Amino acid sequence: MSILIDETTRVIVQGFTGDKATFHAREMIAYGTRVVGGVTPGKGGQTHLERPVFNTVKDAVRETGAEASLAFVPPAYAADALMEAADAGLRLVCIITDGIPAQDMMRVKRYLRRYPKEQRTTIVGPNCAGIISAGKAMLGIMPSNIYARGNVGVVSRSGTLGYEAGAQMKALGIGITTSVGIGGDPINGSSFLDHLRLFEQDPETKAVVMIGEIGGPQESEAAKWVKENMTKPVVGYVAGLTAPKGRRMGHAGAIISAEGDSAAEKSEIMKSYGLLVAPSAAELGSTVALALAQAG
Amino acid sequence: MDIHEYQAKELLSGFGVAVPPGGVAYSPEQAVYVATELGGWHWAIKAQIHAGGRGKAGGVKLCRTYQEVAAAAKALLGATLRTHQTGPEGKVVHRLYVEKAEPFARAMYLGFVLDRKIERIRVIASAEGGVEIEEIAASRPESILQQQVDPAVGLQAFQARELAFGMGLNIKQVSQAVTVIMGCYRAFRDLDATMVEINPMVVTKDDRVLALDAKMSFDDNAMFRRPKVTEMRDAAEEDPRETQAAEFGLNYVGLTGDIGCIINGAGLAMATMDMIKHSGGEPANFLDVGGGASPERVAAAFNLVLSDRNVKAILVNIFAGINRCDWVAQGVVQAAKGLRVPLVVRLAGTNVDEGRRIIAECGLPIISADTLAEAAHKAVAASRTGSAGDGGADGGAR
Repeated sequence: MSILIDETTRVIVQGFTGDKATFHAREMIAYGTRVVGGVTPGKGGQTHLERPVFNTVKDAVRETGAEASLAFVPPAYAADALMEAADAGLRLVCIITDGIPAQDMMRVKRYLRRYPKEQRTTIVGPNCAGIISAGKAMLGIMPSNIYARGNVGVVSRSGTLGYEAGAQMKALGIGITTSVGIGGDPINGSSFLDHLRLFEQDPETKAVVMIGEIGGPQESEAAKWVKENMTKPVVGYVAGLTAPKGRRMGHAGAIISAEGDSAAEKSEIMKSYGLLVAPSAAELGSTVALALAQAG
Repeated sequence: MDIHEYQAKELLSGFGVAVPPGGVAYSPEQAVYVATELGGWHWAIKAQIHAGGRGKAGGVKLCRTYQEVAAAAKALLGATLRTHQTGPEGKVVHRLYVEKAEPFARAMYLGFVLDRKIERIRVIASAEGGVEIEEIAASRPESILQQQVDPAVGLQAFQARELAFGMGLNIKQVSQAVTVIMGCYRAFRDLDATMVEINPMVVTKDDRVLALDAKMSFDDNAMFRRPKVTEMRDAAEEDPRETQAAEFGLNYVGLTGDIGCIINGAGLAMATMDMIKHSGGEPANFLDVGGGASPERVAAAFNLVLSDRNVKAILVNIFAGINRCDWVAQGVVQAAKGLRVPLVVRLAGTNVDEGRRIIAECGLPIISADTLAEAAHKAVAASRTGSAGDGGADGGAR
């Protein structure tokens, strides 16, 4: 098993015919992802990458039975694309786009609440590298060859640190079930906590790595939940020990502006809730190995 | 993005928020002229810098004569103000705001933030103003009033009334305060702000409710649709290196160490800085070259990092996803010609073998590293000795 996606998931690409979307859709198809079509308003009826293009997400869902989408939509139109996907009943949307206004994401999150919880779309991202279930399917822009198939779940705000974790684990002979990038924005479609819940329920996942960074309350909330609800070992790491206060470090959400926002505080909170915290980003893999050994 | 007080007041008054009359001045003569135009007998001369705590730092002067206005302006212009928000280096004053002084009976606090936890706009108010909200929260938490805004319908008048009555205002003052609160909210929403702070909001001695100070910050991601706000950017308030970086689509934050960093991805960049510290060194900067690092961007990154004279070594760490290592390596090799400091390069991810081959065969004294830890160790060693030290024999002789 894995979480969110596997080889049977029917996937469409929003913004299908753009250059970047085309490049990454090819990679996804080559990895074995079941890409069944795409959406570009005004290009409905055309064929792209030997797959049908639709004007609307609803058309695509009706014709292909799509359940998930990868959205490659420019920032100004991203909120609209996410709401369209939610309204068309997609179970999952992964949005790669960096630079979406925070108030747009606020409105998108509010919009999702129109639907009952069991029907509500899960958004992964924005400003993320996507999702990969090793050996099964990929909904994102990551280099797929750095991951081995195995039994560790990865959830990370940073894309490149998620790569780092995947590659370090592979070098130690450890594989992943699924790696999820939740993105570096201040308002995420889904949180650490949302994905920890899924990993806890996934029988194949034996341990989870959670890679955070400065800014926001997410890591602490998730760590508390781990202590209270999670039976599987969780390895934690927080980037940004050397980040100065009040400065935005690349990601829109990576800024120390409130109490509990710093890497040192978050690492301490993780430790206090029983997470195994990696001493540095170079020890993500070895700390996972330790956690797996301890769990037997 | 931050703006000055006078700019925030200009924007807010467009949303119906009452502010004292005032005008901006760049010289003592202009300050006196603005004071004569405003009329009256008392004026506040306020230093315009992007930082709070100006009053305590001597950045606001109350004047009773034109001579005092001229003297205050002369003293403030060009002076360096150090407040708890500027850091020890302080900020130089280039602009003044001359405002008609309004004697007030009461000072209150009003603030709006985009709250990441609840993913909504949160309104914070207090019957006490003129001091930092953090101080009030610590000393008298029960005096803090709050409202959350449902994005589907926006802030409602009853919520504003609850805040205003909670601040102990009478009915006439409440209706004026509601106008201020609703105006600030609409400005926050319609201009893509991330913070609006009115500290203090006052009741004047003749019973008017005014925003005596105003601070606004904006969402950089939304500035594409807010040209009016973008025009208010004051480059003098920003680190010139950061402005230069933004032109090339790079994210740069200057720090005080001596190891220059060029990295893709914000998370990996922070983690690499932490790794340098972990290995006993100090990073000179944060720099995310982002996806699609073309040779031009890599060259711009090198120029930027080298413009910091403290830099004794450079560490390039690329984990390529969208980027391809061979593409990045070509850019690095071009930029590294004639470099004055040692260079450590770690490549991983897409097309890594080709990228490493390009680095190895370029004939330049570039130190290669395979892992994050190795890269940080070698960069720290190189910054101390001006070479790769013991651990760097594989990258080419230096």
